[in-house]
Amino acid sequence: MKRFTDLYWRLDATTSTNDKVAALRDYFAAAPPDDAACALAVLSGARQLRSVSTSQLRSWAAEATGLPAWLIEECYAHVGDLAETLALLLPDAALDATPGTDLGLAEMMQRTIHDLRATTDDHKREVVADVWRRLAPRERIVWHKLLTGGCRVGVSRTLVARALAEVAGVDPAEMAHRLMGAAAADGPAYLRLLASESTEADSRRPYPFFLAAALDRTTVEHVAEDLGAVGDWQSEWKWDGMRAQLVRRGEAATVWSRGEELVNEAFPEIAAAGESLPPGTVLDGELLAVSDTTLLPFATLSKRASRKRVTNKVLADIPCVFVAYDLLEEGGVDLRELPLAERRRRLEALVPVPFTDRLASLPVQPAHLFLSPLVTGGSWAELAALRAEARARGVEGLMLKRRSSPYGVGRTRGDWWKWKVEPLEIDAVLLYAQAGHGRRAGLHSDYTLGLWDGDQLVTVAKAYSGLTDAEIVELDRIVRATTLEKHGPVRICRPTVVLQLAFEGVSLSTRHKSGVAVRFPRIVRWRKDKEPAEAGTLADLRRMIVAT
Amino acid sequence: MRSRFIEHTAPPLGPYSGLRGMTTVNDLLRVTESGLYCERGDFYVDPWRRVPRAVITHAHADHARAGSDRYLCSAAGKLVLRTRIGGGSPIDTLRPGESVSLNGVQVSLHPAGHLLGSSQVRIEHGGVRWVVSGDYKLQDDPTCDRFEHVACDVFVTESTFGLPVYRWQSPERIAAEINDWWRANRDAGRASVLLAYALGKAQRLAAMVDPTIGPIVAHGAVMKLVEAYRASGVRLPSIDRVPAGARRVGDGRALVIAPPSVLGSSWLKLFGESSVAMASGWMMLRGVRRRRGFDRGFSVSDHADFPGLLAAIDASGARRVLVTHGFSDTLARHLRESRGLEASVLPTRFTGEASPDATAAADDGEPDANGDGDRPDADALTTS
Ligand SMILES: [Zn+2]
Ligand SMILES: [Zn+2]
Repeated sequence: MKRFTDLYWRLDATTSTNDKVAALRDYFAAAPPDDAACALAVLSGARQLRSVSTSQLRSWAAEATGLPAWLIEECYAHVGDLAETLALLLPDAALDATPGTDLGLAEMMQRTIHDLRATTDDHKREVVADVWRRLAPRERIVWHKLLTGGCRVGVSRTLVARALAEVAGVDPAEMAHRLMGAAAADGPAYLRLLASESTEADSRRPYPFFLAAALDRTTVEHVAEDLGAVGDWQSEWKWDGMRAQLVRRGEAATVWSRGEELVNEAFPEIAAAGESLPPGTVLDGELLAVSDTTLLPFATLSKRASRKRVTNKVLADIPCVFVAYDLLEEGGVDLRELPLAERRRRLEALVPVPFTDRLASLPVQPAHLFLSPLVTGGSWAELAALRAEARARGVEGLMLKRRSSPYGVGRTRGDWWKWKVEPLEIDAVLLYAQAGHGRRAGLHSDYTLGLWDGDQLVTVAKAYSGLTDAEIVELDRIVRATTLEKHGPVRICRPTVVLQLAFEGVSLSTRHKSGVAVRFPRIVRWRKDKEPAEAGTLADLRRMIVAT
Repeated sequence: MRSRFIEHTAPPLGPYSGLRGMTTVNDLLRVTESGLYCERGDFYVDPWRRVPRAVITHAHADHARAGSDRYLCSAAGKLVLRTRIGGGSPIDTLRPGESVSLNGVQVSLHPAGHLLGSSQVRIEHGGVRWVVSGDYKLQDDPTCDRFEHVACDVFVTESTFGLPVYRWQSPERIAAEINDWWRANRDAGRASVLLAYALGKAQRLAAMVDPTIGPIVAHGAVMKLVEAYRASGVRLPSIDRVPAGARRVGDGRALVIAPPSVLGSSWLKLFGESSVAMASGWMMLRGVRRRRGFDRGFSVSDHADFPGLLAAIDASGARRVLVTHGFSDTLARHLRESRGLEASVLPTRFTGEASPDATAAADDGEPDANGDGDRPDADALTTS
C-alpha cells in the first residue's frame, strides 16, 4: 500500500508528463505482479465497486472523532474532497502498528475492500476502524478513494501505455493496443500483458480511439486559412451520440464504448447486427437513439447506456442505431495506416446505406447499421452554411477529417477537427454560490444563475466557472460580502453580479421550475459592464427553443 | 455526449442565518465603525480607522494601521510596530503583565505567541474581565514569547483555522521536513525558495531551520523586519541580503526566504534553477497546494490550529466567547453545542465577515502592506 501511495502522491505532485511516465515506470518496474495488475485497473479507471457507502464512512468517522455530523459536513464543504476530509479529521495512526504491517495493494484491496462486500455492517465498521488506526493520513486518502470507488489519478491511458511499454520494452502504440479492453485481472494476466502472449481477450479487443480536437478559430475565414483547400477534407455531421467501436471477429460481435467498456448488454440489437458483418471487421462510429421520424436527445440514449440489461419494452421505446464512419480492420487486416479516403471507399462498400434523419424512408434491413453520410460543400462558405443548420438537425456541428490521414491514437491534433456550432448565450444573474472541489476547494466557484420573469429572478442553470483563477478569487470575495443566507455550503447572494452563460441548446422541461432546461451550460465571461437589471429574461431564453 | 440536462433546485429556505451584531452598549467593548471600542476607557483595540488612542495586539496590517494619534503596544513589539506605521505618533509600551489605567479601566498586555511582541489585551473594569487575544498560537516559536493563558469572563478569539481538519505537526517535525527538502535541493544544485509572510513567519522560519546546511538569503522586504527583530534582541542566524543590481545570486546551495509576491516575478530568476515551496497553514489542503502550483507546501502557521483554539478557549475559563476572523460561525456553533458556552460571531470590518482573500490586493512584498495574509489565496492576484 505504501508503494502505491507513493505513486499516487508522486503523480499528484507533478504536471509534467515525463515525470508522470517516470513515476509510473518506476512503480510498475518494482511492484509485484498482483499489485501491478491491481494498480493498472485503478489507473485505467476501471469501474470500482463500492463496498462501503460514503454515508457509512461519515457516520463512522463521526464516532471515531467525536465530532458532530454537521461539523464534518462543514469541513467537507471547505476541503472539497471527502477522502481527504476524513483522512485529516481522524486521530493519528497508532505508532506501534505501523512498521512491518504494510500490505501490498492487491492484498490490501482484497482484505479491506473486496471482502467487505459480503459482510455485515458491523464487520465493515471493524475493518475500517482497524485500517484507520494503521494508516497515516496520506495513505488514508488513497485508501478512502479506493474504498469508495473514486480513485481517479489523472493520468491518461496513453501515459500508462508509455510507461508499461518502457517496462516491457515494446512500442507504445503496441502497448496501447494490448491494453484496450483487456483488464489484467491478476498477476499472471499482467505478466502475459508485458510478455505479449496472446489471450482470449485479444480476439475481442478494439483499437485505441482516435479523438478529434476542437478548432481554435471557428470563423469561415480562419478555417479556410488554417485548413487550406476544402477538397483535402472530408466532412460529416458531428453526431450527438456515444462514440463506439463494433468489433466482429471469430464467432461474435462486440460493442465497445470510448471508455473501453463492453456494452453488448446495453445494445444487444447492435451486437446482433454486427454479426451480419464478415469476420475480421472493426467499425468506428456513433451510437444514436432514434424514433420513427427523428433523433432522440442524448439524455434518452444515456438511459439505454447505463443499463446492464435492457427489456423488450426499452428496446422498443428507445431504438438505437450504429452509424459507421470509419473502417479500422477488414478481413482481419489492420487498415489504420491507409489514407482515410481509401478506408472510406471500403467502408461504403461494406455498409452501403447512409443514415438520414428522414428515418421512415430507410429500408428495413439492416435496420441498425448505417453509413455516416458525407456533408458536401464546394467551398468553406457552403460548409459554414450547412454547419449553421446543425442545431435544427439535432447535431453538434461538423467533423472535418483530412482525406490523406491515417487513423491515429488518442487526441493528436492536425487531422481530425470538430467544427462545432457556436453556442447560444445569455446574460444571467448570480443567485447562489457553492464552494468548489479540487483546485477550487474553499472558493465559491459553482454558481446558480437566474433570469428575469417579470420582476422576479428565476433560476435557470447551475454552471461551473469558466472564469480565470483571479476572477474566481475576486468573485469569491463578492459572494462572501453579499451573502444574504447560508444553507450548509450554499450561499444565497444579493443579486449584483451578471455572468454571460453559454449553452448548447434549450428545451422545455417539467422538471425545472423555470419550465426550461439548458444543455451543457457554462460561464464564459463576467459582464462587469452590466447591472442585474440589464440581464436576460426567461422569455428571451424560451425564444431560443428549437422545435425538434 | 458528455453533457447532461442539469437539475437545479433552490436550496431550502431556513431561518435567517446572516450576521448578528454581538456586542451591546452595556458591554465593556463593542464594535463601532472604527473598530472594537472601549467607551469607558476611551480607546480602541486594533482599530481599522484613525482614532485618538489605539491599543495594538500586533503589527500585521489588518491589526495595525498608521495614522492614529497615540499607540499602546508591548515593549517587545515597539520597534516592529514603528517599522510598520512609520514615525510621528507616540508609541507607549507595557511589559508583559504590567498594567496601566486608561480612564479608570485596567489594561495589561500578555504574550499571544503569534509573532514578536504580539499581545493579548486584558481589560478589566467593575470586576468584569475581557481578553482580546488578537492572532495567536500555542506552538513554540523561538522568535517570540509563548502564549500565556489569561483567565477572563469574556474571551475574544480569532478562528482563522477554526475547522478540525487543521491540526499542526510539531515545529520539530516541520523543521526536519524543511531541512530535508533544503538538503536534497542543495545536493542537486538547486536553490530552495521558501515563500512566507515577510513579518513573523519569515523570521520564525529562519530561526527554525538548520543554518549549517547552507547560506540563508532573504528578500529586502524580509530583511527590513529581520533588522527590526535583531534590534529588539531576537537571535537569528546569519542572513544575507540580495545585493541591489545583482544578476546572479548563490550557487544553488542557498535557502531563499521571500514573500509570496515574488512568485512569477523576474526576481526569482536571480537564483537559477530552484525548488519553490510555500510555508502556510493552508498548505494542509491538497486542493490549495495544487491550485497554487508550488513544488512543495509546508503546513506551518502562526495561528492556532483547531485543538489550539479549543485549548486556549477552555483555559480562559470564559463563559462568553466572541469569535472573529475566519470560521467564526462554525467555531461559535461548536462552542455552544460542545461546551454550552455563550458563543457568537464578532463581526470584523464593514462587511461583517472576514473574507478569506481579505489581503488579496495587498502586496506582500512591502512591509507596509504586509497583512496577516495567512489565507489560501491571499496573493492569488499577484501570482496566478
Ligand atoms: Zn489577523
Ligand atoms: Zn496576525
